[in-house]
Amino acid sequence: MLAFRLALRNLLGAGLRTWLNVIVLSFSFIIIIWTKGLLEGWDRQARNDMISWEVGGGQYWHEEYDPYDPFTLTDSHGPVPSGLSAGLADGRLAPVLITQGSVYPRGMMHSVLIKGIPPQQQVVQLPSSNLEAGDGDVPAIIGEAMAESTGLKEGDYVTVRWRDRNGTFDATEVKITTVFKTTVPTEDVGQIWLPLEKLQEMMLMPGEATLIIRAPETGPPPEADPWIFRDQDFLLADIETIIKAKGSVGLIIWAILLLMAMLAVFDTQVLSIFRRQKEIGTYVALGMTKSQVVGLFTLEGAMNSVLAAIVGAIYGIPLLLMQAIKGIKIPLSSSDFGIAMAERLYPVYSLWLIAGTVAIVLLVTTAVSYWPSRRIAKMNPTEALRGRVQ
Amino acid sequence: MEDGKVISIEGLKKHFPMGSGRFTALNGIDLAFVEGEFTGIIGPSGSGKTTLLNIIGTLDNPSEGRAVILGHSVSELTPAESASLRKTQLGFIFQTYNLFQVHTVFENVEFPLLLQGIPTGKRRQMVLDALEWVGLTDKVNSRPAQLSGGESQRVAIARAMVKRPAVVLADEPTANLDAANSHNILQTMEKLNRELKTTFLFATHDEKVIGYVRRKIWLADGRVARDEQVEKN
Repeated sequence: MLAFRLALRNLLGAGLRTWLNVIVLSFSFIIIIWTKGLLEGWDRQARNDMISWEVGGGQYWHEEYDPYDPFTLTDSHGPVPSGLSAGLADGRLAPVLITQGSVYPRGMMHSVLIKGIPPQQQVVQLPSSNLEAGDGDVPAIIGEAMAESTGLKEGDYVTVRWRDRNGTFDATEVKITTVFKTTVPTEDVGQIWLPLEKLQEMMLMPGEATLIIRAPETGPPPEADPWIFRDQDFLLADIETIIKAKGSVGLIIWAILLLMAMLAVFDTQVLSIFRRQKEIGTYVALGMTKSQVVGLFTLEGAMNSVLAAIVGAIYGIPLLLMQAIKGIKIPLSSSDFGIAMAERLYPVYSLWLIAGTVAIVLLVTTAVSYWPSRRIAKMNPTEALRGRVQ
Repeated sequence: MEDGKVISIEGLKKHFPMGSGRFTALNGIDLAFVEGEFTGIIGPSGSGKTTLLNIIGTLDNPSEGRAVILGHSVSELTPAESASLRKTQLGFIFQTYNLFQVHTVFENVEFPLLLQGIPTGKRRQMVLDALEWVGLTDKVNSRPAQLSGGESQRVAIARAMVKRPAVVLADEPTANLDAANSHNILQTMEKLNRELKTTFLFATHDEKVIGYVRRKIWLADGRVARDEQVEKN
């Protein structure tokens, strides 16, 4: 208690020197929390968007389907297994047929994946209701990134070419009814969506699909041999890898910021011990043991962090809260980044993140304060009183 | 304490390493001090007076011989015991005052009482009493930077005296003061010595201090060259 009282008195008494140090340290606190919160928010948003736009509650894949090998698309289709017909009937499953093809906007050829999905599906967030047949045209929807790369816009007509199940090339004109906005690049870039039945008809594959998406949280998946069920963990494995890689970068940023905080405290401590030799000698002369003086200086260093946490909370909580509510506008599009990324990211600050950061910075600064303070134990008090210790 | 002696020194030697050899600062000192003495240890720079004061103050250990302070042999004290002795029984006054710059006058004087864990109310009264002894009750909230040299040294005296120590060790207390301030603080210490029976030991070569002490011990080359009592009215 005495050491705490003296440390606080010394720190507050040092005035500007203390506050400058505290402010620098509080920046470290806030930036560490902000960076981690931003990455956490990004991760959460990316995972949620992938689930709601693409992954759903898992997918059944045709046994030949390999999303990384476009040549498998020729063979990876088949009738929907009978075990899944109930799910199809009540809308818990959404079949998707995928094939390769080309579009020819303004006379340019673009290779695309043509995907068919039931217009009435509500399993994923894709605005497939805009694929309902209208005025006799074949409706199609594309994402903003696709629209940008092809120059297509709503109301445009574009020629689509494909090969049917017999290998025969065929082509038709489709009308872009909607350009949708998504944060999930794998639903947008190089893709054009048509009504499932229309695509099945074009491909001569009635009732067939390449994969079937399950609605999230619909209980254990029924068997559908020979189709393979891929759960969320499997389907999110790629994004988890990216998140992990991103986490390593975050860890480096975090370590750099922590190092800055450590340096600030270490530097202050070394300077403080050098400048305050007479004071140290006086403490000993007045009856403190050397270990008490070491404790006092260590506590002073550690209390820099406590004050920094308080100061950081004063300006940091409103700042971070505002960002968590209003989000941060990101100038990159999702297609540029290869991972689901919204235009506006909402940082997530968990209690664990804040408490953990404060605890770690406090522990580290205490250790860093103790390190130079140990020198006091080796000081000769008579030399310290004269300010002669080097 | 034997025969009312607060300090007893026998055959005291202190060597410091110097290059490949050693420097002998004290070379066989035999002295004794009784309660209430007002003594000057006098000598030029390098004569060993500060070293002697440091050993008496348990800040340093003898190389040879024996120094017994208030019944405790300095060389046999553990660090915690010597700290405890300084905390309760010994007061220090330094040439450069050594006040804590970030503390107020009150807080500086309060410090030794905080170390002793004296309760707030009693502590406050003791601090105000000590500041009254030195005539600085109007400066309780000032910081050392706002004080003159004389005022700073009076705060240092109050800090040394506030715990009512048995012995006060003052190392060149007037070296940084002008004549008027020197006389002022010496009169203050003389008054406290008389009223509280505190033993004062000065390390000095200042004639003004020498004029006030009742016992003069001259050191030369680490030895006692002369030890004389002065009769005063």
